[in-house]
Amino acid sequence: MTDTGHPTVILCAGGPMLLRGDHVVEDADGELHRTTRPISAVCRCGKSGSQPWCDGTHKLIPAKNRP
Amino acid sequence: MQTPKGRGSLSETVFAAMRSASPSWKQTLHTLADDDEDLQITLWALYELHYRGFDDVDEGLEWQPELIELRRSLEMSFEHTLRDRAPSVSPDGEFAETFFDFVAGHDGPSLAAHVHRTADREQVLELLRMRSIYHLKESDPTAWVVPRLATRTKAALMELQFDEYGCGDPNRLHSELFARGMDQCGLRPEYGAYIDDVPLEVLEENNAMSLFGLNRRLRGASLGHLAAFEVTSSIPSRRIAQGMTRLGLPEAMIDYYAEHVEADAVHEQLAVRTICGSLLDEEPNLRDDVFFGAFTCLDLEDRFAHRMLAEWAA
Repeated sequence: MTDTGHPTVILCAGGPMLLRGDHVVEDADGELHRTTRPISAVCRCGKSGSQPWCDGTHKLIPAKNRP
Repeated sequence: MQTPKGRGSLSETVFAAMRSASPSWKQTLHTLADDDEDLQITLWALYELHYRGFDDVDEGLEWQPELIELRRSLEMSFEHTLRDRAPSVSPDGEFAETFFDFVAGHDGPSLAAHVHRTADREQVLELLRMRSIYHLKESDPTAWVVPRLATRTKAALMELQFDEYGCGDPNRLHSELFARGMDQCGLRPEYGAYIDDVPLEVLEENNAMSLFGLNRRLRGASLGHLAAFEVTSSIPSRRIAQGMTRLGLPEAMIDYYAEHVEADAVHEQLAVRTICGSLLDEEPNLRDDVFFGAFTCLDLEDRFAHRMLAEWAA
């Protein structure tokens, strides 16, 4: 049997960084945010209105400007 | 919940038999549906026997052979209709990117945009009554699929479902959040309360989810539907929350939609990458069905949006 892999961090092409489990994320202003769900999506495009979390806004920006 | 009002010869005959102490099953199998609405309300009630059932129907009828036979014939006809509407070939390419592009490229009318900018309070309340048929059993149709999956996909689906079901906290169950919002809006929060008010398009949306969830061979369509649903939820949920704030609707209802902005930004990635992605690693032959389910989700929502916007002359 091979281990199927269960990463703590998943980088989504063109989208957010998924974090499994409890974490505290420091945003660009130095403010701390604790995760509240089993998996959280951290914004990587910089355009989310719910920083530091992803709100799907990356889909509205041109593909070449996505992470 | 009581059995719904009949909407034609078939539903009236079937619901009467379901409520009867000594039913004539033969008649239920020899009655034809008058139209699509008659067929869909009948199918909805037959599916409902597998969810919470009806207060006026014996629980033992869930597996009544004649009702299963009828359900099978109605759902085969419905599946045929859905497949006729869908594109015959699914797009090629790396799955996740292709899937996100497929959904982004699907152009349809947006109820969220209407709620955001122009809808009045009555229209939003009407929309909530329509949405309540699904949101009060949110995620339940997909739960049928869990035991039908191999290890990776099963674990991935449960990771998403666990969040939908409040991570074990009944106060955070999404269907419960919606019920509280309904209550604060002065609407009936009981499961299925508005079934007699919903049009054909809402019945089709709900029946498609049960059709995909209750038939193991359609597991690909069920998970494709889930993925398309999640991919089209985050940004529209924000617009709906903003529209409700504009109209001064109660906080609990706004919170329900606000919760879906961040939750579904996570869920869309899980549904596409870990759930459908692992399913297709395991069973690549299900790719067409994943896209069929996704198209069905988008297409049925378009039909519903067209109807509501036409009704509101928006």
